[in-house]
Amino acid sequence: MRRTIAKASLLTALNLLFFALIGTAVLAITYQLTHDPIARSEEMEKLKLIAQIAPAGSYDNDIIKDTTELEPDQLLGNDTATPAYLGRLNGVPSMAVMQVIAPDGYGGKIHMVIAIRSDGRIAGVRVVSDKETPGLGDYIEIAKSKWINGFAGKALDNPDAGGWKVKKDGGVFDYMAGATITPRAVVKAVHKALQYYALHREILFKAHASTAQAEKVKGEQQ
Amino acid sequence: MTSREFKDIFYNGVWKQNTGVVQLLGLCPILAVSSSVVNAVSLGLATMLVMTLSGAAIAPIRQLVPNEARIPVFILIIAVLVTVVQFTMNAYMYKLYVVLGIFIPLIVTNCIVLARIESFASKNPVLESALDGFAMGLGLTAVLAVLGGIREIFGHGTLLSGIDMVFGETAKSWVVTVVPDYHGFLLAILPPGAFITLGMLIAAKNWLNLRAEQNLKGAGATIVPVDGGCSPAMH
Repeated sequence: MRRTIAKASLLTALNLLFFALIGTAVLAITYQLTHDPIARSEEMEKLKLIAQIAPAGSYDNDIIKDTTELEPDQLLGNDTATPAYLGRLNGVPSMAVMQVIAPDGYGGKIHMVIAIRSDGRIAGVRVVSDKETPGLGDYIEIAKSKWINGFAGKALDNPDAGGWKVKKDGGVFDYMAGATITPRAVVKAVHKALQYYALHREILFKAHASTAQAEKVKGEQQ
Repeated sequence: MTSREFKDIFYNGVWKQNTGVVQLLGLCPILAVSSSVVNAVSLGLATMLVMTLSGAAIAPIRQLVPNEARIPVFILIIAVLVTVVQFTMNAYMYKLYVVLGIFIPLIVTNCIVLARIESFASKNPVLESALDGFAMGLGLTAVLAVLGGIREIFGHGTLLSGIDMVFGETAKSWVVTVVPDYHGFLLAILPPGAFITLGMLIAAKNWLNLRAEQNLKGAGATIVPVDGGCSPAMH
């Protein structure tokens, strides 16, 4: 009796193992076949997004490849290291594209990318993903409204610290009645990203630069 | 398979035992993604593909699987097929993949897939099982399309918005603006809108059934409760 039970369990286990192996093989093959197309389409999406906020001609390097990892920082809102994309023109740093998270949206975290020119002015901001109320708070998405373009050209000193708020709170940024929590979160996150950039600008660009480029950067600063 | 059987399986899947408005299985993704036609139909088609493939994959091995291990084996096979579909969408329809997000992997846990495997594919030959999966998936897709259409018209005043996620930038002109300058109706887009619309669809289906039955029996027949699968008061 005991032997038959053991035998039956063993057979069942072997059967499971057999199907698990087949399944693994199918998945391995699919992964191999789709790995490159997936990487390509992800890269293209990123490039499209970056192209929207970092005007063509403001960098001439392969910006997707020129990255540096940003450690978790309260100013960025990230809790794991995220890559920043570095634009260079003739080898000179011209642009940094950073990923920023606003933790205090109405529907949770708002993921954004922000492109900052080397002089500290914002080239552009885009919302990558959010869970704001559809039709109410989602005007921060470029597909719904041009609101997010209001950040272009702004910098830490333009407006000054007091102005980095929505108009309702005495700042300079527009908002739509009925949804102020959302733009408040975005404005705050963009402001903090600028502060981060001001603190880390040099390390940001030096991290990945070749020695020659690093020398060049140093030369400019002196 | 005779053409009679073929018709039966097809009719069963698309209309009589429709997953969306009769069996009411797998409602979570139905309600979540049906806020627009494109999202709804895309997830419907992905589910249909998985159901067809899993029917065809499980029917030939139904005698190999010991009875007590069948559920894990079935789930394993379904999961593999879903992951294949997911990888493929990720590679070739990236934007749509991002929009549908978590709901693609969740097809594995959609009870309608396992339900058809358990009640049909594990007892029938390959062709029949594939057809059953296809017909059930088609019925689900049809309900999703109608649900998505109604919610999108009431919610956004458009139809087919987001079609460019499937067919590329050129498809942007296919979007139909049903109500120009519409300000949106939030309730239709949010989850309650999905429940209300689905409830109306179920009512419409039951009404059609009832009418068909009455026509059959002639004017003098008494009204018999319809097998709607959702009438607890009748029990």
